[in-house]
Amino acid sequence: MKNVAFGQYYPAESPIHRLDPRAKVILTVLYIVCTFLCKNALSFAGLTLSALLLVLLSRLPIGMVFRSLRPILFIIAFTSIINIFMTKGEHLLTPADWKIQIYAEGLWNALFMVLRITALILGTGIFLTYTTTPIALTDALERLLAPLKKIKVPVHDFAMMMTIALRFIPTLTEETEKIMNAQRARGANFTTGSLVTRAKALIPILIPLFVSAFNRAFDLAAAMECRCYHGDEGRTRLKVLRYRASDLYAVLIMIGFGAAVLLLNHYGAGPVLS
Amino acid sequence: MDKIRLEHVSFVYNQGLPFEQVALDDISLSIRAGCTTGIIGHTGSGKSTMMQMLNGLTKPTSGKILLDGYDINATLEDVFEEWSSKPEYRELSKGARKKAIKREISNRRSELCFRVGLVMQYPEYQLFEETVEKDIAFGPRNMGLSEQEIADRVREAARFTGLDEDLLQKSPFDLSGGQKRRVALAGVIAMRPEVLVLDEPAAGLDPVGRTRILEGVSQYQKSTGSTVLIVSHSMEDMARYCDDVIVMGGARVLMQGDRKEVFSHAEELIEAGLDIPQITHLIRLLRKRGMELPENVYTVEDALAAVEEAFAD
Repeated sequence: MKNVAFGQYYPAESPIHRLDPRAKVILTVLYIVCTFLCKNALSFAGLTLSALLLVLLSRLPIGMVFRSLRPILFIIAFTSIINIFMTKGEHLLTPADWKIQIYAEGLWNALFMVLRITALILGTGIFLTYTTTPIALTDALERLLAPLKKIKVPVHDFAMMMTIALRFIPTLTEETEKIMNAQRARGANFTTGSLVTRAKALIPILIPLFVSAFNRAFDLAAAMECRCYHGDEGRTRLKVLRYRASDLYAVLIMIGFGAAVLLLNHYGAGPVLS
Repeated sequence: MDKIRLEHVSFVYNQGLPFEQVALDDISLSIRAGCTTGIIGHTGSGKSTMMQMLNGLTKPTSGKILLDGYDINATLEDVFEEWSSKPEYRELSKGARKKAIKREISNRRSELCFRVGLVMQYPEYQLFEETVEKDIAFGPRNMGLSEQEIADRVREAARFTGLDEDLLQKSPFDLSGGQKRRVALAGVIAMRPEVLVLDEPAAGLDPVGRTRILEGVSQYQKSTGSTVLIVSHSMEDMARYCDDVIVMGGARVLMQGDRKEVFSHAEELIEAGLDIPQITHLIRLLRKRGMELPENVYTVEDALAAVEEAFAD
C-alpha cells in the first residue's frame, strides 16, 4: 500500500532541491517542450545527456530514479513495437517478400520514442515529484496560476483542495492499512476467491474508511473555521516563496538547452525522426 | 509453561531508506500460558508493532516468534527436516511430503488469526455491518462455522462484554463510544482465541467504560483459561488485572517478570519515565515514614486490607 506512486519526495541536499518550486514547474514545462523539439540523432543524444546530467545533479539514488520507469515499461515497449512495425521508410531491412516489414527508419523512430518518453518521465520526476514536496508544489501552482483569478477561476480554492487531498493521502493510506489489518485479524481474506468474493471482501474496508473520511472532513472543516479561514481574500502566508538568482540561471540554462536542441536539429546529420 | 516466546526479534521500518527506524531491537521474552500479561512503555516503544507480530500481520525483520513452540513465520525449509520424521509424513515420498508439509504450514498460518485474537488500538473503526450481531459474527463466519455455532458464539461474546440483547439488532454506528469498543472486542472474543491480545483497550474511555471493558476481558480469561496480553499506560489497570508485567522502552525490553517483581523496582520504573500505581507509591511513602505495611500492595482493596491489618492490634 505504501508503494503507491505518489509523493515520492526524497530528501537530499542538491542544487535542484534548493530551486524555487515555481521555477521547477517552469523548468519542467520547458524540459517537456525540449523533449518534443528533438528531431534527429544528434539532438536526441543531447537529450539523453541532459537527462543523465539531471539525475546526477539531483543527488538522488540512481537505482531509485530508474525504478520509477518501471510502471511505464509497458508503454515504452508498446510504442517501440508500434514504431518498429508500422513505420514506412526507404531502407528496408527484411526481405521484400516477407509479410511483416521492418525499416531502418522504424528502428530509429522506436529508439527516439524510447529516449523521449524516458527523458520526459525522468525530467518531471526529478524536477517535481522527487525533489519537491507536494505541498510546495501546490503552493507553486497557485502562485503561477494566480493571473487566472482575473477571469474568476477559483485558483486558491483548487489549490486548497489539492493541498488537503495531498495532505490526506498518507493519512487515508495508513487508515486503510489499519482497517485492513483489523479485518484480517478477524480472518478476512482479500487475496483469494473469485472476482465477486473479492469485491465483497472490500465492503468491510470501504465502509469504515468512508465513515472515518467523512468524520475527518467534518473535523477539518470545523478546525479551519475555528481558525477563521475564509478563503483567499486577505490571507497571508507562513512561507513566502522568493525567487533567487540561481532560479533565473536555471531557467536561462534550460532555454539555452532548447536553443542547442534546435541548432542540433538544424545542423546535425544522421537519422531523423519521421 | 510458555504460550508465546519471542527470540531475538527485531523490526525495522523503511529498511534502507533515509527514514529508517528501528521499532524493535533484539527482543526476547516469554508469555506464560493462562496468565494475563501487561505491557507498558512509552508511545513509540514498539509495543503496537510487537502486538501485530503475534498474529502474523507483521513479520519481524529478524528473529522468531514461537506460539506453543512453533515458529509462526516458519517456511518449508525451516521445518522440512524436523517434520520429515513425524509419523504422518514419514511414509510419504519426498515430493508428496513437501506438498503435505506446505499445506500444513499454510493451514497453520490461516488459523493463526483465529488462535491469536488481536484487538487493535481504537478498534471502533473496524465496525461495518448493519447490525451489531452481524458485526460480531464476522470473525466466526470467516472461520467457516455453522450458523448455529455462530449464533451461540455471538451471544456468548455479547455476554462476556456486557452487551444487552436489545443492542444486538442496532446499527453499530448508533452506539456510544464505549459500546462500540465493546462490540469490537466481542467481535474478536467470538472467535474464542487461545491468546487474546489487546492494544490499549481502555484508551479514551470514561472510568465506567474502562472497568466494563477490562472486566469483560478478565471474565473471558477466567472462564476460558486463555492467555491475555494487555498493552496499557495505566499502572492501576496493570496492577489490578495483570499477573505478569513487561516494561518496554526505546525498542527494548527494560524489565519483565511477575507484577510483584516489576513493581518492586519502583526507582527504575520512575527513572524510565513510567509510574508505579499511585496506591503503591503511597504505601511506599508510608513505609519510609516507619509504618509497618507490606511492600507488595498494588490495588486500593489490598491497601485497605493491609492498613486494617496493621491497625488491628
